[in-house]
Amino acid sequence: MSKSAQTLVVYRNLQLDGSHTLAVARQRGGYQAAEKALAMSRDEVIEEVKKSGLRGRGGAGFPAGLKWSFIPKKDPRPRYLVCNADEGEPGTCKDREILRHDPHLLIEGMIIAAYAVQAEWGFIYIRGEFYREYERLQAAVDEAYGAGLLGDRVLGRDGVRFQLTVHRGAGAYVCGEETGLVESLEGKKGQPRLKPPFPANVGLYGCPTVINNVETLAAVPAILERGGAWYAGLGVDKSSGTKLFSVSGHVNRPGNYEVELGIPLKTLIEEHAGGVRGGWENLKGVIPGGSSTPVLTAVACATVTMDYDSLAKAGSMLGAGSVIVMDKSVCIVRAIARLSRFYRHESCGQCTPCREGTGWLSQVMNRIENGRGEKGDIALLKEICTNMSGKTICALGDAAAMPVVGAIKAFPEEFDYHVEHGRCLVG
Amino acid sequence: MSELQKNSNMRRPRFSPESLREVEAIYRRYPPGQRRSALMPILFLAQREFGGWLSREALDYVAELTEIPPVRVYEVATFYTMYNLKPVGKYHVQVCTNISCWLCGSDGVVQALRNKLRLKWGETGDDNRFTLTEVECLGACVNAPMMQINDDYYEDLTPDKVAEIIDRLP
Repeated sequence: MSKSAQTLVVYRNLQLDGSHTLAVARQRGGYQAAEKALAMSRDEVIEEVKKSGLRGRGGAGFPAGLKWSFIPKKDPRPRYLVCNADEGEPGTCKDREILRHDPHLLIEGMIIAAYAVQAEWGFIYIRGEFYREYERLQAAVDEAYGAGLLGDRVLGRDGVRFQLTVHRGAGAYVCGEETGLVESLEGKKGQPRLKPPFPANVGLYGCPTVINNVETLAAVPAILERGGAWYAGLGVDKSSGTKLFSVSGHVNRPGNYEVELGIPLKTLIEEHAGGVRGGWENLKGVIPGGSSTPVLTAVACATVTMDYDSLAKAGSMLGAGSVIVMDKSVCIVRAIARLSRFYRHESCGQCTPCREGTGWLSQVMNRIENGRGEKGDIALLKEICTNMSGKTICALGDAAAMPVVGAIKAFPEEFDYHVEHGRCLVG
Repeated sequence: MSELQKNSNMRRPRFSPESLREVEAIYRRYPPGQRRSALMPILFLAQREFGGWLSREALDYVAELTEIPPVRVYEVATFYTMYNLKPVGKYHVQVCTNISCWLCGSDGVVQALRNKLRLKWGETGDDNRFTLTEVECLGACVNAPMMQINDDYYEDLTPDKVAEIIDRLP
């Protein structure tokens, strides 16, 4: 797959001057997919998205069309559509490009999704620190209202209503978890809810709610425009379509890249991101999907492809597609200790295994990193992780445990050396 | 959790008529009957109007205005990192030290800022010009290392660039 042959679905307008404005969006065919969708039945729209195989791009990878179909059809309660723009997983910054450079693509995707699930009110929950992005997004929403694309007669159609509110977060990683996000939208601290009931039945304000990531919704217009079968033809089996990858760390050309799923990790790094600093031989490892996904060794990186199944088989996850590249100068213990500190900071404190476990992990990781590791610490880390994984209301506990377990498995010699010699193998 | 700080040199905070109109506009952005959702944006508004931070008095005022029990308002204000519970300087410098920034040299950025501002984490200078805060990932990882000063991101930083940016602030 050469760089020139890439298909742009979500990032197709980014390079244009004024890409954030309605005028440019219109020139590029913006809102035509929404026109098309509104002329179809709601079930047909959902069917098209199901056919596309589009999976949730926020990290969980749940099929989007299926998620939409879970919204009860006959129910007197209002339904809500929520866009998760709380981009906060360390290593992830892909959605920011859409928010600031192509907000109309997101709004159009939301109009289509809202129509499909009969939602008359939608929210975009954008992380609070993205203030300039919020300004862009709000301006685009205002423009869309002004042009009759939103409001009481969506695209001029009687009986199709869609109000869209942009809601700023205020700094809490856990609000990226969909029920934490819903709590936050309701004006509370963002502590995730016990599931079931799932948001499709009891979500925002106790009503049926669909929550999708920015990238997921931004892929919807193209799917409606060119058909679910076309989208399903991109990528590989069970990982259809394109994916945005944020490639950061030790590469020559860090950046956000849209490529088809199934691309070899090596191709993504070498051809798109300009290669590993100092050459491929200088690669130590890659965190392939964001801070919560287990690190891969250089050997694994040489063969793994970037899709849900291949990464799972390699013992990691596609996550949000946040590729963090580390060259041989990196001390893995120190890198993971930094992540453990992050999870300790972000645990919402609701569940004991996570609240206590993230604190313990961070403490023990730090002690090892600082040369005060004790015999048995590595076993202790593993035990803490076992006691956290799958034992909490949301996945933050797992997210904190996975990188630690993964790193011990991938780089056992570095941990052993630290504990034994009280210093780093790397120097 | 730090205790809520009182603001000794301030009379009871009140929104200006303009901000009260803004409060009404915020309520209209949420479905009828869901006024509680307006709490977070109203807290942002209060923080802006009352000098960049939220004192105990400011939170009590917001509670009274929104008719939300004070403890619920405290809960929200203390849960999220962007609500400042003590005064901050004119420029709030927030530096990311998470993994991508660290890999790309945030240690050097932090050192440059410390030398320049003569502040430790969480400190505000005597002249109230700068506050220096270490923050978690701000979502600009492919342009690491980065920092945020008030509403703006500064990306692809080097120690030299940092000094220049600080010097150029009005």
